[in-house]
Amino acid sequence: MVSFKKPDLDSFQERIHIATWFVTLCFLLLVTRLVWLQLVSHSKYALLAENNRIAVVPAPANRGLLIDRNGIVIGRNYSALTLDVNAAEIKGNVDELIDDLSKIVLISPRDRRNFKRSLEDSRKMGTFPLRSMLTEAETARFMANRYRFPGVEIRARSFREYPYNELASHLIGYIGRVSQRDKERMQAEIETSKTDDPDALQASFLPGIQYVGKIGLEQSYENVLRGVPGYDQVEITAGGKPVRTLSSSPSIPGKNVVLSVDIKLQYLVEQLYGNYRGAFVAIEPATGDILAFVSKPNFNPNDFVEGIDSVTWKELNDSPQKPLYNRPLKGIYPPGSTYKPFMALAALEKKMRTPSQSISDPGYFEFGNHTFRDDKKGGHGIVDMQKSIVESCDTYYYLLARDMGVNMMHDFMKPFGFGQVTGIDLKGESKGILPSTEWKKNTFKKPEQQKWYEGETISLGIGQGYNAFTILQLAHGMANLANNGIVMKPHLVKAIEDPFTRNRTLTTPKESYRIDLAPENIEIIKKALLEVNISGTSASVFKGAGYQAGGKTGTAQVFSLNSKEYNHGATAEFLRDHALYVAIAPIDKPTIVLALVVENAGFGAQHAAPIARKALDFYLEGKWPKEIPEWKRAP
Amino acid sequence: MEKSAINKAKKIFLSIFSGLDRQLGLILLGLAAVGFITFLSASQNTPVRFEDELRNLALSFIVMWIVSRIPPKWLETAAVWIYGFGIALLIAVAIFGLIKKGARRWLNIGFVIQPSELMKIAMPLMLAWYFQKREGILKSWDYGVAAIILGIPVLLIARQPDLGTALLVFAAGMYVIILAGLPWKWILPFIGLGAFGIILIIIFGNTICAQDVVWPLVHNYQKHRVCTLLDPSSDPLGKGFHTIQSMIAIGSGGFFGKGWFQGTQSHLEFIPEKHTDFIFAVFSEEFGLLGNLVLLALFFALIKRGLAISASAPNLFTRLLGASVTLIFFTYAFVNIGMVSGLLPVVGVPLPFISYGGTALVTLGFGAGILMSIHRHRRLVQS
Repeated sequence: MVSFKKPDLDSFQERIHIATWFVTLCFLLLVTRLVWLQLVSHSKYALLAENNRIAVVPAPANRGLLIDRNGIVIGRNYSALTLDVNAAEIKGNVDELIDDLSKIVLISPRDRRNFKRSLEDSRKMGTFPLRSMLTEAETARFMANRYRFPGVEIRARSFREYPYNELASHLIGYIGRVSQRDKERMQAEIETSKTDDPDALQASFLPGIQYVGKIGLEQSYENVLRGVPGYDQVEITAGGKPVRTLSSSPSIPGKNVVLSVDIKLQYLVEQLYGNYRGAFVAIEPATGDILAFVSKPNFNPNDFVEGIDSVTWKELNDSPQKPLYNRPLKGIYPPGSTYKPFMALAALEKKMRTPSQSISDPGYFEFGNHTFRDDKKGGHGIVDMQKSIVESCDTYYYLLARDMGVNMMHDFMKPFGFGQVTGIDLKGESKGILPSTEWKKNTFKKPEQQKWYEGETISLGIGQGYNAFTILQLAHGMANLANNGIVMKPHLVKAIEDPFTRNRTLTTPKESYRIDLAPENIEIIKKALLEVNISGTSASVFKGAGYQAGGKTGTAQVFSLNSKEYNHGATAEFLRDHALYVAIAPIDKPTIVLALVVENAGFGAQHAAPIARKALDFYLEGKWPKEIPEWKRAP
Repeated sequence: MEKSAINKAKKIFLSIFSGLDRQLGLILLGLAAVGFITFLSASQNTPVRFEDELRNLALSFIVMWIVSRIPPKWLETAAVWIYGFGIALLIAVAIFGLIKKGARRWLNIGFVIQPSELMKIAMPLMLAWYFQKREGILKSWDYGVAAIILGIPVLLIARQPDLGTALLVFAAGMYVIILAGLPWKWILPFIGLGAFGIILIIIFGNTICAQDVVWPLVHNYQKHRVCTLLDPSSDPLGKGFHTIQSMIAIGSGGFFGKGWFQGTQSHLEFIPEKHTDFIFAVFSEEFGLLGNLVLLALFFALIKRGLAISASAPNLFTRLLGASVTLIFFTYAFVNIGMVSGLLPVVGVPLPFISYGGTALVTLGFGAGILMSIHRHRRLVQS
């Protein structure tokens, strides 16, 4: 089995011999090289190492601006003097150094904490701000004492600023110092991206990034806004002191993001809410442009940029008002009677009702041994479709819901976007609940819970029961109705602007799909909506409007929006009904639709419709309500 | 009672280490010790944990131990299957592979693997198997078949693109083919052509490295690497920066080095990937030429021992396999040290048993295990 044929063995051993020589030669080459580097050239390299240590200092890129649809800047950068400390030059105890410095400039415990955290994160390489926004007096005092603090210097740095503070905070979001988690996520992004030179991307991307968008548009448009950090190649001494800049590769500033939002409209609506909580979304139906996206109460994003202090954070987090909660995006509410126009349209499209078919409403509807009540005692009398919308007759929709069944409703409402994510350019959108027998089967665990009961269908007709949608979905649904079934994806950003040339690239999504609807049916619904504001539930609110607006009021029983947290300690106020309103204007050629909720405010007509009226007055006619402080451009 | 327990333990202990070639084992232990000592210094300021390094070393040793127990006959039987499996994986990578940093090299099968790594072992196995089969009846066209066996995976890996690994797999295969007796008249022209090419590149470096000159067959960044080797200062911020900095680190180390943990260049974060591919710069700076000579002697001893084991191996398969594996160790060490000291272009090749990194350590352990197994079974087969 084993063959030791003489010629083969010789040939092999001969080649092994040659291989050994080859290996020896290569090793000698390496030894020569190392002798050259470590003996012959040692003094040269030792000198280079001692005196000419070269450091690469990242130069952060300017972040892109956030601009509203009319050119008003709502997110910008400013330059301020900061006290910078070069980590490599800290001799001895960091706390002692800070103690000494705090005799000259004010250094808060928060500054100290942030600085020490950066030191740890960076493994003591680089220069970090200890205190930002120095006053003139502080600058002067420090300059006089400068000799005492080697490695500490004053530098101009760029900071992010939201000039209108709380305004539009939930849609803008904020940036914050980049965390280890952010970096890992970005690293993963790099690794999945396609590029010719992986190393170039790597080198130009991560190290210089100090801030990153945490929520809102700052987060979802991070890659557009950020730009690419540049580098200075700096000669530094053994002590780490920069001597001169050898070369630099400039940073590429981020691009500006142009919002579809009208920030004045946003401001007005936020003011109109006063101390009420709620959500408001206005959309231009033809484009899907979101004109206003309000979540009340809001917070000041400026507090977050340099790391929020624990007191403010605790306040924001623990407040029962939940100011950090993005209500239009995440809060789910039963739509209440604002759902009725969609139900009526479904009835027409599915040929379950004709416009003139009427019911006689005794003020209640009995199903099994349960009585479903109408809000009007004694009933609305003879009710046809238009009247059912104008007077918001519940009984009409109890009957309709029973006749349609839950699945027919589900299938009709789904393309309108109810219970679906709209795909808006913000992260964390809630899906809501559009019930169907399938949904119930998948949602509950126990078999008896999975079964759909006929009785559960009834209240769906008036937008109660399991129905739970975001205000964004409700506005989107209205936009689809106003747009005669053409569905446009809602979006907060309409263009990306080059910071130098000011050239704009549209990012507006194209038509998503069409819902097949008969034009005459849509007309019937729109006419009824118009009538609501002429003779119906919101007639008094819309008296004397200079345009023809369609609308629908709604009142929803409270059980959504994290009801669990409100159950026990909550005051009675949190148990009151939510007021809702939806509107389309002008009704014949809509340029704006809106949906809004005022939490725990009671009747829709009383609290929600007036906000809509004033918003429409401003958007369509430029009228500014007397009681609201005037809009001032930020300095 | 107690004595028998001790004896039993002793027996178990001995049986664990029996068959591990003592010389090879000591050399590897020495290298691993150098690696670990350097790793401690190199990873001082990095988030890499030394527990991971210990675990990787242990894993490498376990793989080596297991493979050393496998009779070479088994490897011979499995060669075609391993090779076929490797090719199948490479094709799967080309179709479903994950893209990271612009390259399609990985496969997600619950966890992420890099099939080209397997090819480093599968290639010499397959070719050694082939030449064993053709032993005594070898014809010229057999080298053609061998070239096809070699070419398919190399092209698949080069297309990913992963030129570094493709070259290593190519080298692993070429070692087998050359050692199997590829006629000198076919080898020498290529060596001549290669030398001529290198001389041309050195002479005309400036011309062909001009911005608008496009090199055929290679990516732009690969051209870039060769060009920065010729003139590191042409790209002080990119690859040239790495080379310049690692040369400063090595050069400033001098004869005795700056001492353990005393390296300034490597600790000032000038050295890229200093615990993986550039770990030699850290070692050189801290232990100087003296340390380097010891390290090179260890590598040289490793290769000498590997070749000696191969030379006395029982049959052609084990001889070719052992020698190829040994020469791959050599290639790793030579290319890595050459690249870090500025002799060769920067390609991602680890320093065997010194660089941090699980996959490479496991592959290397596998290779060392093969050598041990060949050594262990030499007598068994001969008698």
